[in-house]
Amino acid sequence: MRWLLTAAAVLLLAGCAQSPALRGSGDLGIVIERAGGRVAIVDTTAQTVLGEVAGLGDLSHASAVFSRDGRYAYVFGRDGGLTKVDLLTAAIAKRVVQAGNSIGGAISQDGRLVVTQNYEPGGIKVFDAQTLEQLSEVPAAYGPEGRRSKVVGLADLPGNRFAYALFDAGEIWITDLTDPRRPQTKKYPAGSQPYDGLVTPDGRHYLAGLFGEDGVALLDTWREGAGSRKILANYGRGQEKLPVFKMPHLRGWAVAGRQAYLPAIGRHEVLVVDTQSWREVGRIPVKGQPVFVMAQPDGRQVWVNFAFPDNGWVQVIDTQSGAIVKTLAPGKAVLHMEFTPRGEAVWISARDDNTVGIYDTRSFARLATLPVASPSGIFFTTRAARIGF
Amino acid sequence: MKYAVLASIVGLLVSVAHAGERERELVRLVRQDCGSCHGMQLTGGLGLPLTPEALRDKPAESLVATVIYGRPGTPMPPWKTILSAEDAEWIVTRLIEGFPQEPR
Repeated sequence: MRWLLTAAAVLLLAGCAQSPALRGSGDLGIVIERAGGRVAIVDTTAQTVLGEVAGLGDLSHASAVFSRDGRYAYVFGRDGGLTKVDLLTAAIAKRVVQAGNSIGGAISQDGRLVVTQNYEPGGIKVFDAQTLEQLSEVPAAYGPEGRRSKVVGLADLPGNRFAYALFDAGEIWITDLTDPRRPQTKKYPAGSQPYDGLVTPDGRHYLAGLFGEDGVALLDTWREGAGSRKILANYGRGQEKLPVFKMPHLRGWAVAGRQAYLPAIGRHEVLVVDTQSWREVGRIPVKGQPVFVMAQPDGRQVWVNFAFPDNGWVQVIDTQSGAIVKTLAPGKAVLHMEFTPRGEAVWISARDDNTVGIYDTRSFARLATLPVASPSGIFFTTRAARIGF
Repeated sequence: MKYAVLASIVGLLVSVAHAGERERELVRLVRQDCGSCHGMQLTGGLGLPLTPEALRDKPAESLVATVIYGRPGTPMPPWKTILSAEDAEWIVTRLIEGFPQEPR
């Protein structure tokens, strides 16, 4: 009798534990539904929404990184929420609220550490990627009174190091987390009001865009001893800036071939920089003030979206000629773009149309339109394998 | 006479509807576009919080001026090409008393 009961219990458990059909995650991703505190889980092969995960808090400025197995997304919310989302079961695996006001995060080279960048309290915090246990923090204290700076532009570097910029302090900091409980930090001057940062795809050069002056701070992390320097200084040539209604974002693939494509602050221009000499080699007039300037994975084209009030447009630059080859109107309030792993398609979110449009990157044909509520950031699991994502 | 009254009532209704439409636009603009720096819940970000508690000691006129002319030396841009003085006053009044949510 007892055996029978045990057998029945085992059968019952087996039934309960019925797992979803086996599948890989290399063609999955998430779309932030910024107004609803949800993410949509998407399949880039089938071009569909697989499910939604709710309860992620205030996602008004949200970004995500992926575990290196491509199964979990770590979503960073405005309210300091750090949520680990299981893409395969469409469920929250873990969630902590780690700060009062947060702007994003990054994952370490070895995939073991998730680091958040915070406005309030200003600094970075280090978490175990598996358990989300906090291991350490680096307060962004500066000046004689030890005031805390807002942290922007956090990027992972090889060697479990992280680079970031201090908006209020005008510095670039590099924190080494070889021992994650004992962070070691080096500081470099950046310039006035760094607003975001990026690392080149090889993990070597860290760039911090400056809002308070015309220019970009550059740090060669292979030659840290040489310190930081300014590139593109005075790119505005003393002319007055247009009002900036939305800060540009530097994160994303801005490097195509040997050139980097960067947004000009307060100008309707994309600046082109040679990544060997770090000199300006061109500027491309565009329809508005660029927000994201993103190279296709093959570097053949660069896609640009714009700040309010020109946020209904997307323009495509051919990197061979430097000419605009296409102007698209994907919808109202275009907030973000993400390429499929090898770049045959790009997904574009149109917040005020509640749609994500999928475009063929060669023919520019609209392949599909997905209904997604108030979509902002789009993040695909291919990011798991890229430095700086 | 009757027609004149009717016409003015219709006119009034149209202008009320019009004001309602502009107010909806402003609520959306503040939540979404101001929200890109101040947070959709207006709890702050790169920009300062715009909650009633955060604005308690700030005179309304100077807040209206900040919206129209921006704050030089900070990322706060002048909104005068997008917003009228009446728009800015309406927004500041609503911020001080607690800004409306967007209709779901």
